[in-house]
Amino acid sequence: MRGILSDRMGAALLMAPLLLFLVLAYAWPFLGVVKWSFTLPTPGLGQYGALLTDDLVQSVFIRTLRIAAIVTIVSVSAAYAITVVWVRGTPAQRLIAEFCILVPFWISVLTRAFGWVALLSNRGLINTWLQSIGFISEPLTLVRNEFGVIVGMSHFLIPFAVFPLASAMRSLDERVLLAARGLGSSRMRTFWTVFVPMTRSGIIGSAMITFVFSLGFFVTPAILGGGRSVMIAELIYLRIFQSPDWGLGAAISVVLVVFVGALMAILFRDVKPKELV
Amino acid sequence: MQQPGRAAEIKAIGIGKSFGSFRALDKLTLDIGRGEFLTLLGPSGSGKTTFLMILAGFVQPTEGKLLSDGIDITDRPAEQRAAGMVFQGYALFPHMSVEQNVAFPLKVRKKSAADIKKRVGEMIERVGLVGHEKKLPSQLSGGQQQRVALARALVFEPGVLLLDEPFSALDKSLRGQMQAEMKRLHQETGTTFVFVTHDQSEALALSSRVAIFNHGKLLQVGAPDEVYDRPDNRFVAEFLGEINMLPLKGVQPDGNGSTGLCEDRAVSMHCKAEKVRGDAILAIRPEHMSIAREAAVGENGIAATATASTYLGAATKLDLTTRQGAKVTVSVPNEVAAAALSKGNSVWLTWPAEKGFLLPNGGQ
Repeated sequence: MRGILSDRMGAALLMAPLLLFLVLAYAWPFLGVVKWSFTLPTPGLGQYGALLTDDLVQSVFIRTLRIAAIVTIVSVSAAYAITVVWVRGTPAQRLIAEFCILVPFWISVLTRAFGWVALLSNRGLINTWLQSIGFISEPLTLVRNEFGVIVGMSHFLIPFAVFPLASAMRSLDERVLLAARGLGSSRMRTFWTVFVPMTRSGIIGSAMITFVFSLGFFVTPAILGGGRSVMIAELIYLRIFQSPDWGLGAAISVVLVVFVGALMAILFRDVKPKELV
Repeated sequence: MQQPGRAAEIKAIGIGKSFGSFRALDKLTLDIGRGEFLTLLGPSGSGKTTFLMILAGFVQPTEGKLLSDGIDITDRPAEQRAAGMVFQGYALFPHMSVEQNVAFPLKVRKKSAADIKKRVGEMIERVGLVGHEKKLPSQLSGGQQQRVALARALVFEPGVLLLDEPFSALDKSLRGQMQAEMKRLHQETGTTFVFVTHDQSEALALSSRVAIFNHGKLLQVGAPDEVYDRPDNRFVAEFLGEINMLPLKGVQPDGNGSTGLCEDRAVSMHCKAEKVRGDAILAIRPEHMSIAREAAVGENGIAATATASTYLGAATKLDLTTRQGAKVTVSVPNEVAAAALSKGNSVWLTWPAEKGFLLPNGGQ
């Protein structure tokens, strides 16, 4: 087995099916999308010009970036806390953390979105409970707005944000933390001045993955946003299937892909891919 | 370990540590004197590092008490003991520059910026790292990282400096240099040093006292020449260097020393036969034995045949077999070895009475 894997040809052969699939199913059709963006409805740069002047497109772009940024901060912070427990907790704590990280992977994104609707809607569990204990008199608007979208997306992305952090925390030299404490630093201070800076690459990787994922979210914002908090993927869908304005939809897609590509390029200049898993 | 600038005096009283059913350290009682350089020596798993971690406060002993300058610190957490500590592999903060690493313990202690700057500057100069202040640990050589670790551990003037095998990652020549440096730092700071190593020559070269550990027990404590020349037991004798062991019969006290029969010849020792009577082992270091044409009456000696030699440059190591089959190694001048070998027959091994010592028969 080792002989086969260490052989360059062998490795290339093993990767070939995936590469072929990516080329046929993604790269080739995407070239078609690029072509539409320059040719529909009339050849030229007209659709890109429209992007710059269309108020709706711009507001959706800005909303998408804002939601992605907030979701990134929320997800990475929550993931950081759970990863600390997962990597450094007692065996029992580790088991619970692992359970919390893995279970979301087994539940479909659609189910989870409707689960949040059930929890957050005006007559949902949270509002009903808060009203029954007399904490509020009118239901809070927790869903069909940006708040609901952020909650749902963060919940989906936290498990993904965990892995780069776990990788960084596992490779950290325990003795450095002991050294800090031996030199007189409290646990709290050691955490903030030594532990967190030493997991910097994990934080960057985790934030990048979360941010890039957030930009392309479709199902969660469509359900939890209730049409009021449209994000970029939903806008593309509307332009292609409902307007129909294929040229503009294609141009938005190309801009999104180029933007994500640029972000990835910046990420991999700073962080090696193996630090992310 | 509290007052800065003042060497601490530490007493360990009946310290024990168990990890589950494994006994890492057993009933250890040891006084560490103010300003002394104590080495904890032993093979891996002997308990020496566990004891160091207990001193630092990273490991809680299962039983026993730890006093620092007479104050019970057994339950005091590591960050409040603030012993300076140098780890194996140095454990520098990888995201901080040399300067920031050294400043860390002072910042934790909320010293003024001016004070920190002054003391960090002095310390960096003292360990010879001027010009490297802004570098990250990853940009330094092993020896330089070692110096940063020492500077960081000493800058806040701890009462005791704990060192866990600090030289194990360095090559031999650098090791010698760092050992000399550490001796100098010990003299300059006057702080109590507790140093862990498994290298016996390092222990003998550096310390004012050596404590030898095996299987979680402290076997013997003493000055380097004391433990080397008068080991209490077989483990200490063998661990500290090469040693010849000859079976001895009829051991009995004689005046200030003792006598016995070695291969049917009367020999005398200056050490007292306190713990041993009858059958025992006579132990002599290779460099304390010499080759002679014959042994005079009343002189310690046995007959042997030279079998092999190893040229070591300054001297030759000569392997011999005694008449009754005991294997002996001696370190002799080169020409003596050549002569002994060329004869191919019997020579005499002699040794002064004060250089032979008695060990109990069998076991440790």
